[in-house]
Amino acid sequence: MTTTLDKPTPETGAEEGRSARSLVDAVFRAREIAIGGALALLVLGTWIANPGFLDDQGIKDLLLNSSILVLLAVGQSVVVITRNIDLSVGSVVGLTAFACGHFVSGTDHSAPTVVLLGIALGTVCGLVSGALVSFGRVPALVVTLGMLYIIQGIDHAWAHGEQINAVNVPDGVLALGSGSVLGIPYLPLISAAVLAATGYFLRTYRSGRELYAIGSSPDAARLAGIPVRRRILAAYAFSGAIAGFAGALWLARFGTVVADAANGWELTVVSAVVVGGVAITGGTGSVWGAALGALLLTTIGSALVVLKVDSFWQQAITGVLLLAAITTDRVLQVRTTSALRKRSRR
Amino acid sequence: MTALTKYLRWDTAVGILLIAVFLAGSGTTEGFANTDNLSAALGDVSEIALIALPMTLLVVAGQVDLSVASMLGLSSALAGSLWQAGFAFELIVPLCLLAGAVGGLLNGWLVTRVGLPSLAVTIGTLTLYRGLASVILGDEAVADFPETYARYAAYTETVPGTFVPYPVALFAVLAVGTAIALHCTGFGRSLFAIGAQEDAAWFAGIRVKRLKLVLFVVSGLVASFAGIVYTLRYGSARADNGLGLELVVIASVLLGGVDFDGGKGTLGGAVAGVLLIGLLTNLLTLNDISNEIQVIVTGLLLVASVLTPRLIAVLAERRHRRKAAEESVPVSAAI
Repeated sequence: MTTTLDKPTPETGAEEGRSARSLVDAVFRAREIAIGGALALLVLGTWIANPGFLDDQGIKDLLLNSSILVLLAVGQSVVVITRNIDLSVGSVVGLTAFACGHFVSGTDHSAPTVVLLGIALGTVCGLVSGALVSFGRVPALVVTLGMLYIIQGIDHAWAHGEQINAVNVPDGVLALGSGSVLGIPYLPLISAAVLAATGYFLRTYRSGRELYAIGSSPDAARLAGIPVRRRILAAYAFSGAIAGFAGALWLARFGTVVADAANGWELTVVSAVVVGGVAITGGTGSVWGAALGALLLTTIGSALVVLKVDSFWQQAITGVLLLAAITTDRVLQVRTTSALRKRSRR
Repeated sequence: MTALTKYLRWDTAVGILLIAVFLAGSGTTEGFANTDNLSAALGDVSEIALIALPMTLLVVAGQVDLSVASMLGLSSALAGSLWQAGFAFELIVPLCLLAGAVGGLLNGWLVTRVGLPSLAVTIGTLTLYRGLASVILGDEAVADFPETYARYAAYTETVPGTFVPYPVALFAVLAVGTAIALHCTGFGRSLFAIGAQEDAAWFAGIRVKRLKLVLFVVSGLVASFAGIVYTLRYGSARADNGLGLELVVIASVLLGGVDFDGGKGTLGGAVAGVLLIGLLTNLLTLNDISNEIQVIVTGLLLVASVLTPRLIAVLAERRHRRKAAEESVPVSAAI
């Protein structure tokens, strides 16, 4: 075994590998370019139909509306890349938003405290799901579905019809949701920073690449000496932390929080991730794509409003788009595989 | 150890738990074990129960259909708008069923011909069908359905001589049929084979794609039928009927010990899972225990349903290893 690994790769093989890799790279780049193109087309079309769509306020709304979904999509895609899923994110956002609101109501806590509290609470939720999935070795969908119910139940039982009102939330926290630097609101800046950091980590760091390896083939990853369970646990903790962060931001943005805030968001987040080209079967995709997917879903909603299309159409259009995205993904994948096969035969 | 793992499988455990809940309920809660309440409890889960049957087959075959609740809503919205447009109810039912079959066909086609994972496909159609439902009916509610049909769907009218509501009676018949199909026929064995190892099943000559296609069509068909039952039972056709019900159906099936990875599970277990959730909900409601706690109980049961079998297996393995180690000691000492 080891001797074959130590053998130097023949020159030709390395070259072929490189060209194959560049082909794969090109396809994935094409994937993100395609989503970006669709997004650009949508924005352009809407802007032509109604110039008000892209005025200062319009852009600000677009960015604000998408930032929480983008954030959640980044967290979710890290989990999905490892061939798992986290259905509990919506309920974690609801719980942390309420918990943070409850914590700050009538006090003068600062924004960082609230954010840290949200992240801590989210991380705990993520760690529980992650421990059950990685150490219990049970299907992620079942566990996180169970966690969805448990967290939702706790949230509702705790809130019990009570709601957090903006008047009780300290100004420092609300400023996080409404303030801006150089005309750009904080929220999209935060999302962009988290996105960039996560994207860089996944692409550059060894542990980031290992997440892809786990998603491609868990068994092979284990045999290659990757600490699979620990990585999966970390992925869930990260997703939970992001969801907690999003919960704190939710409070900052809306001020008013009811117990079922972000209820049902888990499927929207998964949709965004899937539209963004992260395969639900793990191992492929990038957070950049996922963020674009989230941006696209939000923009469709806003565009339909601006274009005065019946809002009833929004979901149907989103559904068609989702199906189109995963079908395109599949077609591209089949093409790449056959292209690679042809190349290696030559 | 073998006796334990052989007889105390999770699905039988759920069955025992179901009986325990029933007995505990009858003993402690007044008004629980009477026919009125039981028929109400059964009637309340009739749609979930109906949809759970094809869902069990799908999960056994390693697939999942998340679009069922949206299909229920679509069927409800379709029924409502057709009724508004003056169609006869006898015509509306087959049209809704047709819509369900077409919806299922789309799912199945995308999964089998295009080769997409069913989870991704049905998240897409979940959104699409719910969207179509709101396109068709908007946010209106259609309510004036004929009393004759509504009576059959509601649990107030029961099969003569029993306390069983009509949808539940239908479910019982379908459940027996499905159980026979899953456990006593080649069709059922094929589904287990597909769920365990799809490629191997294909090499063994099982027509994997066609079977999966059929399952998705049946799932769509049953979901649209459940949509009609739901509409009549609540006397209201709305586009958002049954919102989020897909997770409850899947939770019930998984609670019954059907393995989400495919290839394992029994229909009896799935039915026990559905009934357990229904009975428990009813019991907790009768005891004035809030909806929130009921949701938590569902979640805990779900997590337990995947962890317990796993835990039993680990413990059994550990005991086995210890026993093997103990037995090997005297041998080595003798030498």
